[in-house]
Amino acid sequence: MYTYDEIDQRLVDERVRQFRDQTRRFLAGQLSEEEFRALRLRNGLYIQRYAPMLRIAIPYGLLSTVQLRKLSEIARKYDRAYGHFSTRQNLQLNWPKLEQVPDILAELATVQMHAIQTSGNSFRNVTTDHLAGVAQDEIVDSFVWCEIIRQWSTFHPEFSYLPRKFKFAVNGAKSDRAAVAVHDIGLHAVRNAENEIGFKVLVGGGLGRTPMIGFVIREFLPWQHLLSYVEAILRVYNRYGRRDNIHKARIKILVKERGPEKFRDEVEAEWAHLKDGPSTLIREEIERIEGRFTRPQYEKVSSDPVFPSVPGFDAWRKRNVQAHKVPGYAAVTLSLKKTGVPPGDVTSDQMDAIADLADRYSFGELRVTHEQNLVLADVRQSDLAELWREARALGLATPNLGLLTNIIACPGGDFCALANAKSIPVAEAIQRRFDDLDYLHDIGELDLNISGCMNACGHHHVGHIGILGVDKNGEEWYQIEIGGNQGETRPGRGASLGKVIGPSFARAQVPDVIERLIDCYLEKRDSEAERFVDVVHRIGVEPFKEQVYGNADQRASRHSRERALA
Amino acid sequence: MATLIKGRRVIVESAPSPEAKVVRLEPHDDPASIAGRLAKLERVEVNFPKFGDGRGYSIARLLRERYGYRGELRAVGQVGRDQLYYLESCGFDAFLLRDGEDPEEALAAFNDFSESYQASVARPMPLFRRRAK
Repeated sequence: MYTYDEIDQRLVDERVRQFRDQTRRFLAGQLSEEEFRALRLRNGLYIQRYAPMLRIAIPYGLLSTVQLRKLSEIARKYDRAYGHFSTRQNLQLNWPKLEQVPDILAELATVQMHAIQTSGNSFRNVTTDHLAGVAQDEIVDSFVWCEIIRQWSTFHPEFSYLPRKFKFAVNGAKSDRAAVAVHDIGLHAVRNAENEIGFKVLVGGGLGRTPMIGFVIREFLPWQHLLSYVEAILRVYNRYGRRDNIHKARIKILVKERGPEKFRDEVEAEWAHLKDGPSTLIREEIERIEGRFTRPQYEKVSSDPVFPSVPGFDAWRKRNVQAHKVPGYAAVTLSLKKTGVPPGDVTSDQMDAIADLADRYSFGELRVTHEQNLVLADVRQSDLAELWREARALGLATPNLGLLTNIIACPGGDFCALANAKSIPVAEAIQRRFDDLDYLHDIGELDLNISGCMNACGHHHVGHIGILGVDKNGEEWYQIEIGGNQGETRPGRGASLGKVIGPSFARAQVPDVIERLIDCYLEKRDSEAERFVDVVHRIGVEPFKEQVYGNADQRASRHSRERALA
Repeated sequence: MATLIKGRRVIVESAPSPEAKVVRLEPHDDPASIAGRLAKLERVEVNFPKFGDGRGYSIARLLRERYGYRGELRAVGQVGRDQLYYLESCGFDAFLLRDGEDPEEALAAFNDFSESYQASVARPMPLFRRRAK
């Protein structure tokens, strides 16, 4: 856990004071609706369908139990005693009162938290691998680099009014668990032949209405130049990114319109002026930041415990427990995907209970994943069975990590003012349809993601199966894509965007359609090791289409029959 | 009557002399286009047609840091108190506030934050270099 120093704390306190004054001026009629909108958004405050929504930053998803207990307390005191973990590793409160938001921010500041730049046309929360610092395939501890980026991007005076929001992800491991290719800027840590640390830099990836995979604009950026290079990218974007059309304002559109090579040339030309300037990072700073992170005091423990043979435990251990770089330890995912509970939702009571678990089993820290689960990253293997019993009693041990029912979903039409359609009931209907664990495990790894509109907060473009809520003459319909992939979590299958299989469906049809897609997959896979997404890439979309809609002849005859009847 | 703040003080500006050497840049203008004659200018104005248009911040830094402009750099247009801290950090030293802004409140806004992490015109060394000393 990064611990604030006096200046970090002072800046957060000053932000609370500033926002309190902005809220006061708005309520007194001295600030227009439009202007307060721009100011409150960069403090994570939306006005939603039924109430305001406050998005609290959890920088790179890392959270202490002191902070989690405070979130629980805030949710009880100012909201309806629950919160929603989002795909940006943040926590959203769905029912706060606008006039109480300054008080909420003041409470957050007491535990080194805030809502700075969690929305608006600003540089957003930096995200990373939820196994940072503990992964066996680690190249660097990405938390350190995320914190450096967090500080650099906080209240950056030049980039406080960007054309549009800006999302940044860092991956510090060999596998990409941070989906860096679908961010405005994504970094992959690399080591060169001399074992020096640097970053592969991707620009212009993103989801939303124009999904794009990021372009590599630099294969190896030595770490010293990280901030000056990012500054060059942001300056080119700030000056030339489109501001005439909100749907074309993301950096990906600039990269696309310019062409990646020309865009890279512009960045390099700008960087030529900034390179080796005052923003060049120094080793003392990296060490200072590293030194402000608390580190688990690992014990020397047996790395080969005997696990009890209890029904259910094995399945959970196989799915929800990940390997750890320290012998005898493991990383445990607490699932927030229990059927019947909106994905990512946790009650205050659960938050308190999770904090207790993290204190007892994982050095008082936890991580939020972009798949909307929580991770206890430093659990002794010998404690796994006990932890499993406790987590199960709390409804947090659904053994479905990586499986079809570990659904990513945005809050959708139940809460969000932007949504075309609801997400949560669709997720639940699919979870109910696939509630047989043996069957689920047989289907194997499958990411199913749902967004309630084309803003794609549910990351549907990079789900192996992606579901998008669309509006058809005022009715909720669902379009289905297959073949998306969030990133290279397995060698050889990089990030890709899904392809739409055809016309959309009514909500009640969705579970049937998913089942037909699964049937097709099970029939076509060459072995259990070949995942759904691998099959889609091997044989293409057409066989799946046929399974869902009938083959081309059947479709044509049905079409003419329907026309004849019309 | 719009308020002018200069050197963190509210001032009353005398009528400009007709031969005053002033250039106004719009957000899409390239500051490089006036780089050659900056030494002869009394004032450069950068227009903010909209509160949320952030291009002027980059223009200011370029004028100060890349082209070495030392004269008055004035933010005009939709300039309100909530932008002042950032504008000053980027090198503006004069601010023509839009109508309806309270001058006293505006002056207080320069102290919204007491530190910043980044290198800027106001603080040429980023915080980590100042800390390392």
